[in-house]
Amino acid sequence: MGDNLLSLILCTPLIGVLVLLFIPGTMKNAIRWWANISAVAGFLVSLPLIMNFDKSLDGYQFVERINWIPALGVQYLIGVDGISVLMVMLTTFMGMLAIFSSWDSINDKVKEYYAMFLLQQVGMIGVFISLDFMLFYVFWELVLVPMYFIIGVWGGPRKLYAAIKFFLYTLAGGVLMLLGIITLYLQHIAQTGVATFEITQLMNTQMPMWMEQLVFWSFFLGFAIKVPMFPFHTWLPDAHTEAPTAGSVILAAVLLKMGTYGFIRFSLPLLPNASADRTIVNVLVVLSLIGIIYGALVSLMQQDWKKLVAYSSVSHLGFCTLGIFALNEQGIAGSVIQQINHGISTGMLFLIVGVIYERRHTREIKEYGGLAHVMPNYAVVFAFAMLSSAGLPLLNGFIGEFTILQAAFQANMAWGAFAVTGVIFGAAYLLWLYQRTMLGEVTNEKNKGLKDLNWKEWVVFVPLMAWAIAIGVYPKPYFDILEKPVAAIVERVNGPKAPVNAAVIELKKTEAR
Amino acid sequence: MHQLWLIPAFPLIGFLINGIAGRRMSKTAVNVAAIGSVLLSFLWVLKVLAGLGSLEDAYIERYFTWIQSGIVDVSFDFAVDRLSAVMLLVVTGIGLLIHIYATGYMSHEGGYYRFFAYMNLFMFFMLTLVLAANFLVLFVGWEGVGLCSYLLIGFYFHKKSAGDAGKKAFVVNRIGDFGFSLAMFLILVTFGSLDFARVFEKVGPMAVEHQAGVITLICLLLLVGATGKSAQLPLYVWLPDAMEGPTPVSALIHAATMVTAGVYMVARSAPLFNHAPIALEVVAIVGLLTAVMAATIGLTQYDIKKVFAYSTVSQLGYMFLGLGVGAYDAGIFHVMTHAFFKALLFLGAGSVIHALAGEQDLRMMGGLRKKIPVTFLTLFCAAIAIAGVPPFSGFMSKDAILLAAHHHHPWMYWVGVVTAGMTAFYVFRAIFMCFFGTYRGTAHPHESPLSMTGPLAVLALLSLGGGYLDVPHYLAPMFGGEHAPHETSLVVISVLAGAAGILLALLFYVIKPGLADALSRLAGKLYTLIYNKYFVDELYDAVIVHPTRDGSRALLWKGFDLGIIDGVVNGAGSLARTIGGGLRHMQSGYIRRYAAWVVVGAIVLLAAAAGMGGAR
Repeated sequence: MGDNLLSLILCTPLIGVLVLLFIPGTMKNAIRWWANISAVAGFLVSLPLIMNFDKSLDGYQFVERINWIPALGVQYLIGVDGISVLMVMLTTFMGMLAIFSSWDSINDKVKEYYAMFLLQQVGMIGVFISLDFMLFYVFWELVLVPMYFIIGVWGGPRKLYAAIKFFLYTLAGGVLMLLGIITLYLQHIAQTGVATFEITQLMNTQMPMWMEQLVFWSFFLGFAIKVPMFPFHTWLPDAHTEAPTAGSVILAAVLLKMGTYGFIRFSLPLLPNASADRTIVNVLVVLSLIGIIYGALVSLMQQDWKKLVAYSSVSHLGFCTLGIFALNEQGIAGSVIQQINHGISTGMLFLIVGVIYERRHTREIKEYGGLAHVMPNYAVVFAFAMLSSAGLPLLNGFIGEFTILQAAFQANMAWGAFAVTGVIFGAAYLLWLYQRTMLGEVTNEKNKGLKDLNWKEWVVFVPLMAWAIAIGVYPKPYFDILEKPVAAIVERVNGPKAPVNAAVIELKKTEAR
Repeated sequence: MHQLWLIPAFPLIGFLINGIAGRRMSKTAVNVAAIGSVLLSFLWVLKVLAGLGSLEDAYIERYFTWIQSGIVDVSFDFAVDRLSAVMLLVVTGIGLLIHIYATGYMSHEGGYYRFFAYMNLFMFFMLTLVLAANFLVLFVGWEGVGLCSYLLIGFYFHKKSAGDAGKKAFVVNRIGDFGFSLAMFLILVTFGSLDFARVFEKVGPMAVEHQAGVITLICLLLLVGATGKSAQLPLYVWLPDAMEGPTPVSALIHAATMVTAGVYMVARSAPLFNHAPIALEVVAIVGLLTAVMAATIGLTQYDIKKVFAYSTVSQLGYMFLGLGVGAYDAGIFHVMTHAFFKALLFLGAGSVIHALAGEQDLRMMGGLRKKIPVTFLTLFCAAIAIAGVPPFSGFMSKDAILLAAHHHHPWMYWVGVVTAGMTAFYVFRAIFMCFFGTYRGTAHPHESPLSMTGPLAVLALLSLGGGYLDVPHYLAPMFGGEHAPHETSLVVISVLAGAAGILLALLFYVIKPGLADALSRLAGKLYTLIYNKYFVDELYDAVIVHPTRDGSRALLWKGFDLGIIDGVVNGAGSLARTIGGGLRHMQSGYIRRYAAWVVVGAIVLLAAAAGMGGAR
């Protein structure tokens, strides 16, 4: 098992799908049981990965290599470093919880639903472990299809609009990214005569600055749409709002992270000069800052509970991209941790909307109020999620937020100052949402008899709460496992030839005077 | 090892017990968990301090690395020095008394266990704040007490006003945190550490910034944080609203402990502020302005808790004045004496409210001294303490601040003296309106139980005699600096100002009632302005809150997001829908078509790229 651990992790959900196909569609509970067993198995087989991962080593571990399309130099090449280990764990864990949370809420086309969900797990895991760019691209696009169906089939009233918007947006980004990949590939052939999509090989490709920048922008479109960064974010509120609860959870927790992961895994190491280019950095940072503040302000004004959480994602992901393009160690490490945090916090917030939607079938905030009287446990869990999302110290959100803000500040004080305002608004929209839904008297008759959390809902929330506290109190293991890969990326980008940290720029400015 | 971590750990355990199981526990069991945990914490403080002796140097305990990445390296460490020793005693001591009081005050309220869970959680965070050995752990406590403040202000959450007040407190404090966060980032970039010991060691040999520089900037940003937490101009607006919370909360959090966190933080950062005289000057001026402004508002309010709330803002201003003129020890001294008499004022007010079944309006009180004599006597002790009557505690600490202010800038002393006169007036106005004359309400007043009057009596003794705990002398070695000479004439003047305030209140509200109304009519617009708290809330609403809300909705969301971006996208989308419509008819061929897309795209791009390559 040791040698093929990653393939096993990748295939477990796939085996789940294959077996699922042989269960008759009428045996709904059998399907549910099997899907959950597959998801739990998917998580269990990923545990040896983190337990046996040696954080003191450079480079990739658990590498597997098979020639796939030799003519084009495409390989089945997978492996992990500290960053991908965390993303894989996030995927298997959140996937397990999301699948479990669907038990009562999905009653229509159950078999297809779980098949799509498990297939999506395969795609997402593949994205995070691919070390071959073409293999990555295949998984990247593979993820698109199940999510399209999850939104389009099991979604809310405007599901088709949302699904198509999601599909076209991300497909457009993907195709443009392909342009960049191929340019890189051809340039590598032109230089070395070797046809390969292997990332570590492509890192040696020399490119003129204009070409590197061009490739950067093509990657940027693919990744920025996925994240999504402002102004490419408008697919997200619709997709999130219309998707079924578990779909929203996995979309927020894992799928969006493919974009930020792309920046860290591909843009920075493959295109270090373009990534350190001051114009490019400035554009990316400014878009991140706009995303942080804009997302929070627009969140503030939403009347749809789920849409509010969706817009808050735009703000949170702005922090993640800001951390990446601060181009220093705590920025990138903080960004990865914040990606996990966002998965936990926003995942919880979507689950919370899901709980109430199950009971009342409406997401209008003004339908609610005073729920803390009828559902006290629910109110406590919601308060917890809110505080985790708002970055209360000793909970997860604070760790990422603090390191990212510090990193941005270190790179440029003004960036830090602008980004911190996002923290103020973050508190405002969440507290206001909480007040409108949970506090006050129960004014709506329909809310009077609502049942508090049941055991199945607790099963989903408790692990997330425990994880949030664990990261908030003792984040050291995360920083430790990220230390080597992040340092390598920072060195590659900021290395001896193209330093861009603020101090050096300042120094140059003074010299120029 | 003295196991400092046990000090906050006890209340944390109390919180966990009551938070998780409290709903199913009897009131007695809840009391045991809540009070017992705070008592243990208090005893542990005593044991630790006894064990540590004279504490000439800070005693530090290191636990574990918390955040380590890049230049960030922060550990979870606690430390005790003389400054934190004073704070620890005040927090656990007053906290214990208020917990006991609350068992009586809250006995008829719903959510009893929830109340004590929050109170214990507050103690945990407040003690973390005081024990912190670096800025970030201090920030943990700082944010945590803010959270508990939010939860407890909104304790009666069925009331919309309570929810509003809690939210306001949290958001306004976040604005302060904006400054605090930036200060921390700047400290980290400048000194490479957030550890108090390391930062202060590095700042020691640096030059004093007589012109604004990076240390000045750090201090000003810290001050922004402090103005939020300690309710100073311009961020004081949340504190008066915070009176929506139950009265023991007002006493513990919004008078005695949490709101003094800003003062503590500035005193803790004294080595930085000493290098930034400009920032220190700003601290003094902010404090002085706040003291005057809040005192004038206090003159006109009718809600007994609002009077004391503005009084708290004003007294906090005094503390800032003390810090700003370099008399950190006097500032902390006032933190302590204020904790005694202001906690007593609030708890006494709570006892009055309790006696009157919830009435808070001074106009509906009167003549209560015979009906609730213990409450009256203890409140009277608090009043003479805050009014600066010698030799009681308020006189001692206020005097230390005023003398230092005179030494710094005489005009600051004079403004402080006028404020002291107003302080004496509004406190005795409240006392006279409440306890003298004839009863104007309809309730049947009854004295409070021993669980409430007991803590009142202890606090009364502390208010009277607490000034003899010579805090300035104890703290002086920490802060150094010169001490203002004792000038008897200055002391006499400030005492006379207080006496004048008391006599005026006596004249207005006991001897010739009705005079006050006539005077307020005479003052006309000025009175309206002050009575309405200078319309600051309205101003903030008009200038900040409404534009943010309306702008976000109309411009950003409806305008930019839905209008412009989605306008473009939907343009493309209508095209897409045609394609999508076609695709819907052939579901099975969908993935194939999609694959074809990719292939076609790739071919086109390959051709383009090849062409590009060929051209070179």
